[in-house]
Amino acid sequence: MRPFEEDFKSLNDTLLSMGSLVAHSVQRSVLSLVEKNEDYAHQVIRDESRVDQIEIKVDDMVTSLIVREQPVARDMRLVVAAIKIATDLERMGDLAVHIAERALSLMVQPPLPESINFADLANLVESMVLGSLDSFIKRDPQTARGILAADDAVDKSRNDIQHRLIELMQRDPATVTRALEYIIVARKLERIGDHATNIAEDVIFLAQGIDVRHRVAEVAQV
Amino acid sequence: MAMNQPQPTSMTSEPSQTPAPQAVTPKMRASNVSFYYGKFRALHDISLEFATNKVTALIGPSGCGKSTFLRNLNRINETLRDTRIEGEITLDGQNILDKDVTEIRRRIGMVFQRPNPFPKSIFENIIYGPRINGMLRRRQSAAELVEKSLRRAALWDEVKDKLHDSAYALSGGQQQRLCIARALAVDPEVLLLDEPCSALDPIATAKIEDLLVTIKEQCTIVIVTHNMQQAARVADTTGFFLLGKLIEHDKTDVIFKNPSKKETEDYITGRFG
Repeated sequence: MRPFEEDFKSLNDTLLSMGSLVAHSVQRSVLSLVEKNEDYAHQVIRDESRVDQIEIKVDDMVTSLIVREQPVARDMRLVVAAIKIATDLERMGDLAVHIAERALSLMVQPPLPESINFADLANLVESMVLGSLDSFIKRDPQTARGILAADDAVDKSRNDIQHRLIELMQRDPATVTRALEYIIVARKLERIGDHATNIAEDVIFLAQGIDVRHRVAEVAQV
Repeated sequence: MAMNQPQPTSMTSEPSQTPAPQAVTPKMRASNVSFYYGKFRALHDISLEFATNKVTALIGPSGCGKSTFLRNLNRINETLRDTRIEGEITLDGQNILDKDVTEIRRRIGMVFQRPNPFPKSIFENIIYGPRINGMLRRRQSAAELVEKSLRRAALWDEVKDKLHDSAYALSGGQQQRLCIARALAVDPEVLLLDEPCSALDPIATAKIEDLLVTIKEQCTIVIVTHNMQQAARVADTTGFFLLGKLIEHDKTDVIFKNPSKKETEDYITGRFG
């Protein structure tokens, strides 16, 4: 392998380690909420700075590659995708921290009078995060397209939770503070799903050179 | 098999993000061109179209046949002994291989890798071609033609006060622009450039590249270059040659963002060989 190929591989590997760290943070943030596990929440908060550092490292690697290699074709697509994926991963890490902070807050409050099922939403979002990273590792546009399709299910699940919590607040105003925390958590999970979708779109661009954001491909057909 | 003309990328069933090239009558067209040095076949069935008033870049590793192909476009290769060409090359639909070679070379000018001004003054360099082609008319004096040609080559302001000095007194970049001005003086319809910037520094190179963008409004340009960034900057379409074959020809954006052939991608990303 020639030196510049090592550099592109190193960029790829750095993104993967960042993705792995963020996927763990998302999983731990959900567990901290569901299992009321303080350790997980603190771990997520501690890992945030590591995620931030890796984002800076990715940016630095990308700018160096642009300056030194003036990449084209698949190399160009990798550096463009890398800088966007790193930004999405960093935002996902932040959102995991927000969820962990809510989890810590909810741990010291009494439970809601009826249980809210976060499992479906959390599972969907976690599978999107892992799937988007898997599609990046394999450069697999089919897996990435599956992630795009899952986004609607996440939106629906978040809406269902929100409706149930609004109904609960209307019936029992004493739950408003806690219910709002849960609504915010659902919103944060949905946003993590959105970032996973962005990564999947970047993988399609990386693998096939096609821009599917904002359904550009369909518009181009008109 | 080589592609005849730029096609939208064909990697997936989804449409290309960039519109397909408009169907226009090409200024020049090579059809199944093969070229032999003795028994060695240097070009294999090259079919390629050159759109009017566009810049086409030909790229590829040394020895791939791109310069050989370029030199067939105005029949300069005919000056070599023991060579043979097959196929057809047309200019405005007419086969140039059947035409008077002097007329063809007036209509299809050429600029070479190293500046090669005549050992004459700047003025004489420019006026030489129009004079031997009988192009000087009463309405257009030699001085007017020299000024016009030098302006088109963005050289006038730098040499207007020393037109009768030796062309050899100019810098390398100026000499190359003088050669372009000399080629433009006979109003060619097509301009062929064989690595015109390879001996120039980045500033002189930038001036030539700016010039090409301006010149293409009046003539069709074909440029052979080893500098892929140059092809990316100036060319509307780019063709990639390898081992005497045209591997891929497409819009320059497509070639450098998402080429359809692995050989093209390996070459432009530096993984060739």
